[in-house]
Amino acid sequence: MQTKSAGFANIDWVRASPWLCTIGLFAIWEASVWVFSIPYYILPAPTQIGYAMYEFAGALWFNSIQTLWTTLLGFAMAIVFGLLLGLFIGWDKRIYAGLYPLMIGFNSIPKIAVVPILVLWFGAGWLPAVLTAFLISFFPIVVNVATGLATIEPEMEDVLRALGAKKLDVMVKVGIPRSLPYFFGALKVAITLAFIGSVLSETIAANSGIGHMMLTAQANFEVPLVFACLIALAVEGIGMYAIMAGLEQRMTGWAHRSGFNR
Amino acid sequence: METFVDISDVALRYTGRAGSQDTLAVEHLNLKVHRGDFVAVVGPSGCGKSTLMKLATGLHFPSAGVVRLDGKVVNGPVSIAGMAFQNPVMLPWRSTRDNVLLPMEVVDPHRRQIRTNRTKYKQQADEILASVGLVGAGDQYPWQLSGGMQQRASLCRALIHDPELLLLDEPFAALDAFTREELWCVIRDLHQEKQFTCILVTHDLREAVFLADTVHVMSARPGQIIVSRTIPIPRPRPIEITYETEFAELTHELRGHIAEARG
Repeated sequence: MQTKSAGFANIDWVRASPWLCTIGLFAIWEASVWVFSIPYYILPAPTQIGYAMYEFAGALWFNSIQTLWTTLLGFAMAIVFGLLLGLFIGWDKRIYAGLYPLMIGFNSIPKIAVVPILVLWFGAGWLPAVLTAFLISFFPIVVNVATGLATIEPEMEDVLRALGAKKLDVMVKVGIPRSLPYFFGALKVAITLAFIGSVLSETIAANSGIGHMMLTAQANFEVPLVFACLIALAVEGIGMYAIMAGLEQRMTGWAHRSGFNR
Repeated sequence: METFVDISDVALRYTGRAGSQDTLAVEHLNLKVHRGDFVAVVGPSGCGKSTLMKLATGLHFPSAGVVRLDGKVVNGPVSIAGMAFQNPVMLPWRSTRDNVLLPMEVVDPHRRQIRTNRTKYKQQADEILASVGLVGAGDQYPWQLSGGMQQRASLCRALIHDPELLLLDEPFAALDAFTREELWCVIRDLHQEKQFTCILVTHDLREAVFLADTVHVMSARPGQIIVSRTIPIPRPRPIEITYETEFAELTHELRGHIAEARG
């Protein structure tokens, strides 16, 4: 970067950009609410939401942590199960062909329809939320790991097989490392889905968590608090996404070597 | 001289999908290669040259006929072969040295020794890399190397376990003319030094004449050998001979056979 004039030209715009956009969004929001005098029970202004956050800080914190744990537990299950199932399906074309339609079918079921069944089996509380987070987030992990395995270069396989390599050798030396970028990419998608799953279940049948808190706030007509809950969720989502993206960059830096969007 | 690779009256049929016709890739294919010889196989595109490579390494089994390697019938991947392709297919998460060492992690007895004796293997990899002009490139990642350098590293990977048979499937096709000629000399010198048996599949007639003892011409599909031409120029050959009359005549003669093969 050029350093001919101090100040303005020295700002790292790539780093500043997310902050500027976020602040800009809230500023426009705030201004619109005042200019069009929108009542707070339709759309509260960011300042009103901020006040609600301050007012209910304790409860908001408690429920956010609850939702975070629920989500992470379901997500962890999705990682373990998704990775194993992905490797299993990617192992053989016939397994892939057999299980893929079943998985598509399962993934097409709206998870909101599954929650009542989970509640029936396990009762209301945190367990259905964990399971919903798990059920909604394992699919992208499975698909991506299986895709990584399916796209091994045939020449590479020939090189190894001509040396007498067993299928397990090809899997360990080539298949698994090759599918890691897909796996870590899938984690970024899966963590946001996991939040959707846990909050969904909490809004239907739970006695704590952000979803439950939102439902209560709505019933009491505390619209700013409803929005405060949404923002708390967004913050958690961004935080977890950042962790996953950092992990991806750290583990599979070799896969991100193009200068395409620099 | 003893016959090392013996493909006798082999046919290979690829089964198509249900409804579509089967493809007969090669039929009545006969090829004998003596130990230590360098043969080139040329032919029109789609004539089953790559099929021949897969037959010789036991990656495919013949539908009819027999493939023998070192006197034994091939009935599974042979593990004494090294292969290099047009695409260098390096693993991007491994350093160039670790890519070269990949066969060692698979082939017996090295796979049991490589963990405990990493330093020795590392040194061996650096030596072979140096022999093809890649001094100090071992720590770099393959994607940091140029196409020609990657192909050199790919040759090292094919040769690291001292295979008795080296199979090259158009390894220089994607390179520019100067790099290609450099690599002809690299493979010539490696062959001179290590005395492996080599089958080179190519569509570059100059390449075939420059490197091989015998050039085999394959017909259009289903492929078989229609002409085998011994190259009488003594080896090792300097690159300058490619501009001499004898060389040009040989190339021209082979070109005529290819034109016939295309029909």
